Amino acid sequence: MKFAVIEEKLIPEPFLTVKQTTFPISSLDHFYEQLPFNPQFTPNPALKNYLTGKQLLLDELPFSMEELYTHYENGFLIFRKGIVFEKKSAKCRRCGNTDQRYFASFYCSRCREVCTYCRKCLMMGRVSTCTPLLSWAAEPPLSQMETLSDNECHPASLIWEGTLSPGQETASSRVAEAIGNNQDLLVWAVCGAGKTEVLFAGIERALKENKRLCIATPRTDVVLELTPRLRKVFPGITTASLYGGSEERHTYAPLTISTTHQLLRFYKAFDTIILDEVDAFPYSVDETLQYAVRNARKDSSAMIYLTATPDRKWQRECRTGKRAFVTIPARYHRHPLPVPRFVWCGNWQKLLRKNQLPANVLQWLKERLASDKQALLFVPKIALFEKILLILRSLHPDIETVYAEDPERKEKVQKMRDKKIPLLVTTTILERGVTFPNLDVAVLGAEDHIFTESALVQIAGRVGRSAQYPKGDIIFFHYGRTEAMVRARKQIVSMNREAEEEGLIDVD
Amino acid sequence: MSGICLYCGNEWIPPVSWSSFFTVDLPSYLCPECEALLEPVSGMTCKICSRPLEKLDAQFIAGDCCTDCKRWEEDPEWRGLWQENHSLYVYNEFLKEIISLFKFRGDYCIAKAFSGQIARVAKKMDYDLMVPVPLSKERQYERGFNQSEALLIEAGLKPFHALDRLHGEKQSKKSRRERIHLNQVFQVKAEANIRGKKILLVDDIYTTGSTLRHAAKVLIGAGAKSVSSLTLARG
Ligand SMILES: [Zn+2]
Ligand SMILES: [Zn+2]
Ligand SMILES: [Zn+2]
Ligand SMILES: [Zn+2]
Repeated sequence: MKFAVIEEKLIPEPFLTVKQTTFPISSLDHFYEQLPFNPQFTPNPALKNYLTGKQLLLDELPFSMEELYTHYENGFLIFRKGIVFEKKSAKCRRCGNTDQRYFASFYCSRCREVCTYCRKCLMMGRVSTCTPLLSWAAEPPLSQMETLSDNECHPASLIWEGTLSPGQETASSRVAEAIGNNQDLLVWAVCGAGKTEVLFAGIERALKENKRLCIATPRTDVVLELTPRLRKVFPGITTASLYGGSEERHTYAPLTISTTHQLLRFYKAFDTIILDEVDAFPYSVDETLQYAVRNARKDSSAMIYLTATPDRKWQRECRTGKRAFVTIPARYHRHPLPVPRFVWCGNWQKLLRKNQLPANVLQWLKERLASDKQALLFVPKIALFEKILLILRSLHPDIETVYAEDPERKEKVQKMRDKKIPLLVTTTILERGVTFPNLDVAVLGAEDHIFTESALVQIAGRVGRSAQYPKGDIIFFHYGRTEAMVRARKQIVSMNREAEEEGLIDVD
Repeated sequence: MSGICLYCGNEWIPPVSWSSFFTVDLPSYLCPECEALLEPVSGMTCKICSRPLEKLDAQFIAGDCCTDCKRWEEDPEWRGLWQENHSLYVYNEFLKEIISLFKFRGDYCIAKAFSGQIARVAKKMDYDLMVPVPLSKERQYERGFNQSEALLIEAGLKPFHALDRLHGEKQSKKSRRERIHLNQVFQVKAEANIRGKKILLVDDIYTTGSTLRHAAKVLIGAGAKSVSSLTLARG
């Protein structure tokens, strides 16, 4: 699609009545992305639902160009450049990419010119110099609750019988306050604190104010886990669940639960974004996803970050008062977090090459097997599995290994839950929702750089989750302690101290 | 500066001998790990369609060609219209994924990953004109480019547009018989002078050969001296 500009208004090539030179949208200067709003015009509600808070390509819209253009002419639809050039460098406005290695050019049959496209977000449809991004310009669609005035039976009402711990209570009111005032807030909650419940009050408040919310997370399994929980406690509203391959891509909903990746299709959509597991891969390292989240917020909006392990920069910002935050330093069962022990195990890699494990590691594992206590053994690399399993299977035939992309991951996790596996050797912290109640955890080679501060805190967080078994052993076997190990332990110790000071745990 | 692999996005540093050639713009094609997943067509192949015969069940082999080709050649309507096909790689899972990124996702620059091989093979083939298999107008607009043409251009070769496509591309649902007896798929452009020329057709994938044979038929009909073909993948 090419456009001409007449009186600073875009005119698509097929609609020109006089002959006029046309250009790809990125080559045009001085045109109105949005025209003055015509209140007499009746927009198509289906289009409105489709496009509100979105940024979509023409190819993604099942509406005719005539219809789209009429909405533009009447001020209801925005045409933006997909690619802009800043000092001759291309920038993708959908994903924020400015790395020139991720742009490529070709002679394009659509614009009959050399077209530059973004390879970073190609999987969501090609954005090139002749591709406009389309958004809805006017007010959001009337949501189902606006027609109701009686607060008693408000469809956004929270239906939840549970109670919050004092620590959760504090966080919950801070979240509601931040959402109400369109502020940013970091919720720093220890593993097992129960952070989802902390969101309920804030979400309810926003929904009743007809605000649009999004809970975003880097991981699809978290979307799948959260969706039914939120649908259950907010049964009166539509909740859209978005991930690669989900069917609800074009559902307009007051509450959206989405992978951060899917947010690339949104533009100034949400009054509140709740970003879960900010520390988790790939969000923490992927600038595209961070851009997507920023882009999906309205100019005035609230941002709630949830994490168990903020990185050092965020921790510093919290300490120095540069970042608003609230901690939930204790678990709901009022027991302190198990503190990791550091145990030196020598050059374990060298031993492993000779098909041996360090004596103290082997001893620790044998004790668990003898006392019938389930355990996880974290190792830094999948490549080690074979040798370790060879040694361990002689101790017990049911010992298994699992890794993130393991095709049998689900089955193995289930077997672990059913206590059919006494010891699971793993490289990954498995699904978020998965907790094994009575568990000891060891890390072999805790000095490996893969075990960051945050990873080690998460690993330690697997232990003592249930109220029935709030204690357990967490041990880091290492060949030289690292800063990450020390910091991880410090983080856990200081959370426990804070919880104790605030009376959130019972010290025995 | 390092390049990024066109497929996996991993950074890698091309061998020194390359960087001395391309001082301005380092080529960032496939990393060695991805390159290794490509399977060149090798060993015993059908003398007509270059289908690897070694992996093929004996019942599908007829002397030095495959039974598919034999069947075509036995049909007087098709006999001798088309000399031979040359394919670069086996259409394995990896190539399938790369080609789908290339043409369905529209990642044009994937063509660069094959430019060296295509240029090298084209040099060894005997032809006057290189004709990319055309797309229908709708498909060409939808994709923004013709993948076969892209393969040629990126290899530094000059495409000659001799053909128009009359039908849509969706032929996979039809049976072999239907595909063979489909009315004319291609038409030679009125302005294309191919009389007495040796034509090399270029396509991304060779699956049944029926697309290429249909093209060959109209080209020969319009006076071409001979027709052979070059494809990236052999299905
Ligand atoms: Zn992009
Ligand atoms: Zn274009
Ligand atoms: Zn690669
Ligand atoms: Zn053959």
